[in-house]
Amino acid sequence: RKIIFEKQWFYLDNAIGHIYGTTFEVTSGGNLQPKQEVEETTTETKEAGADNRNIVDDGKSQKLTHDDIKALKDKGIKGQEIVQQLIENSTTFRDKTEFAQDKYIKKKKKKYEAVITIVKPSTRILSTMYYAREPGKINHLRYDTLAQMLTLGNIRAGNKMIVMETCAGLVLGAVMERMGGYGSIIQMYPGAGPVRAATSCFGFPKLFFDNLHEFPLSKMDSLLSGTFSTETLPSEPEENALVEEESNGLTDEKQTSLQETEEESATDAAMEINQTEGQEKMNINAEDVELKENTDKENVREKQRKQWERRKKLIETAALLREKNADGLIVASKFHPTPLLLSLLEFVAPSRPFVVYCQYKEPLLECYTKLRERGGVVNLKLSETWLRNYQVLPDRSHPRLTMSGGGGYLLSGITVVLDKGNSDSSNAEALQMEEPSSKRCKVQDLHC
Amino acid sequence: MSFVEYGDTIKDGDTAIVFLGHESMFPIKVQHGNVTQTKYGVIRHSTDLIGKKYGSKVTCSKGGWVFILHPTPELWTMNLPHRTQILYSTDISMITMMLELKPGSIVCESGTGSGSLSHALIRTVAPTGHLYTVEFHQQRAEKAREEFREHGVEHLVTVTNQDVCKNGFGVSNIADAVFLDIPSPWEAIGHAKSALKAEGGRICSFSPCIEQVQRTCLAMEEYGFTEINTLEILLRVYNVRTISLQIPDLGRATEDNSSAGFDSSNPSNPGSPSTNLQQGTVQFKSGVPLREMVGHTGYLTFATKS
Repeated sequence: RKIIFEKQWFYLDNAIGHIYGTTFEVTSGGNLQPKQEVEETTTETKEAGADNRNIVDDGKSQKLTHDDIKALKDKGIKGQEIVQQLIENSTTFRDKTEFAQDKYIKKKKKKYEAVITIVKPSTRILSTMYYAREPGKINHLRYDTLAQMLTLGNIRAGNKMIVMETCAGLVLGAVMERMGGYGSIIQMYPGAGPVRAATSCFGFPKLFFDNLHEFPLSKMDSLLSGTFSTETLPSEPEENALVEEESNGLTDEKQTSLQETEEESATDAAMEINQTEGQEKMNINAEDVELKENTDKENVREKQRKQWERRKKLIETAALLREKNADGLIVASKFHPTPLLLSLLEFVAPSRPFVVYCQYKEPLLECYTKLRERGGVVNLKLSETWLRNYQVLPDRSHPRLTMSGGGGYLLSGITVVLDKGNSDSSNAEALQMEEPSSKRCKVQDLHC
Repeated sequence: MSFVEYGDTIKDGDTAIVFLGHESMFPIKVQHGNVTQTKYGVIRHSTDLIGKKYGSKVTCSKGGWVFILHPTPELWTMNLPHRTQILYSTDISMITMMLELKPGSIVCESGTGSGSLSHALIRTVAPTGHLYTVEFHQQRAEKAREEFREHGVEHLVTVTNQDVCKNGFGVSNIADAVFLDIPSPWEAIGHAKSALKAEGGRICSFSPCIEQVQRTCLAMEEYGFTEINTLEILLRVYNVRTISLQIPDLGRATEDNSSAGFDSSNPSNPGSPSTNLQQGTVQFKSGVPLREMVGHTGYLTFATKS
């Protein structure tokens, strides 16, 4: 199967049997396996200038023309040699400082020496990848923010978690990784079915899916008011769910959905792989449909069976929720968090953590206020993390030039037993508000 | 209770967190016959705590009340007795994710210090993983052992009292991840490499100073670690406030303003500004940064052995 990554195309066949972390070099079409450690390009010209006072940008320092370089490439010459050629034909190279020479070589290597490292999927890899490649699909949830959510939510083996996300299944996958197949997860989904494109990239064993439940968000209110019944299920989503299940099965077979990362930046090709995988799925599904048309009766029976199974699962999930003893709640969606939280917290046991992610701060301000009014929560905290990457090289250490502008906000807290008496709760609020209100006065004073 | 499993009710011998309100809390050890003093009065363990649900409101003798919370590594981090400088949850969460920890992971750590990170690591690798932690200070090692026993996690952790720079972690070829929080991590990189599994693993070193990072990075490179990456994570906390800003008097006739449809301040609609003409102010909700925040804890350097 052909895969395209960073303007290169290749087949993965040769990569099978190697351990994760192996670096490959791309040749015309297939994969070649070079040594782990490529010998340093021997730049014996250890001559170097001290500063750039005599370096003039006349655009003529590189003696090779575009056509020359293209010719070299077409001849299939190793990238390493092209870089060497470029260095030899650069008139200013020897005048550059040692550090500038380093930088020049690095830049050219990046362009001409195509190396690919295949690594094992993990939350670390997938969340950095999604943030770099498809931030829109995960509501701009930066990976350090996701890390905070997993910790603040005390995610661990044995928990019974409720997850409501519209982050392509990335948050779900992260929770599943931390729970290691122990305990249970109830995924609340909007629309016709849960999206788990990113979840399937993790390559979880089938066992992990045994205790993964899903429940439609649109049935929440009826479940809370006790009027829930499976008869009122919309029948249209069944088809979608079918497709979902089939595609999940498919990726299970593949198990190791390989992730490519390019040597330097930990970005990768999994996106492209996903796309090609997706296409394949589509084809297969289309074939399935054809087959099904031929065997109409079987199809109907199959459909009924699936429908019945789905209904059974839904009843199970509803029962799990009704126990109202979940060990935590994780929300990261494109929806307004306040109504989600006010309803979903009903299903969480007391003294359990909850975390809400939002790309914007303002909805969380409102959510904070509403939760205070509702009561039953303590230790509310609105926070944001900043992430700064560093370049660490001898005599050249500094923060990286660019950093992410924002990775979203979190509102977290701990549930407590909700007061029944009204007078009590107002009392509680008065006490909890004590300190903030005094501070508020100060702020007002300042502004006056 | 246990630090690795939720329990519903408070039992004799449990560690519980007493929550007094607004960031004020402390841990207690629940024991029959014991009492705990708070600013709201006395809590009697036998009658007020044992058998009650975690998350309950407990009324103290003076009529005040507190909440009793189930312990978690994060609450413990905020309340533990300091024996050393500790790592806080913001760094811990990044360490846990970037080291790719999950149930079943084998982790090596040094030094144990006050056990703030240790509890979080144990939580994540339970029930099938294990933590090997090395602390060269004998008293601290002893104290950590005692705490792990009290917290019901001793089966998941081995505390060794030796110098990691000289003697290593006491294990080899079994770890998925290594974490170093010591003054001279570069001296322990070799030991870290041999502690990691032959098929590879992840390493993290925490250092407050850039010079330490520099030397660590060089050592990592020397020992063949790849994907070396240094980062820093900062936490900003916001207070949610309702702010009123006064409208300046520009000498305009009041009739003009009242026709603009501004109504008196409307607390049910937070976030959006609303004006109160009588007072001449605009009210809005804001997330106000704290006056002071933690500006630096340490640099986190990650790398891969493959």
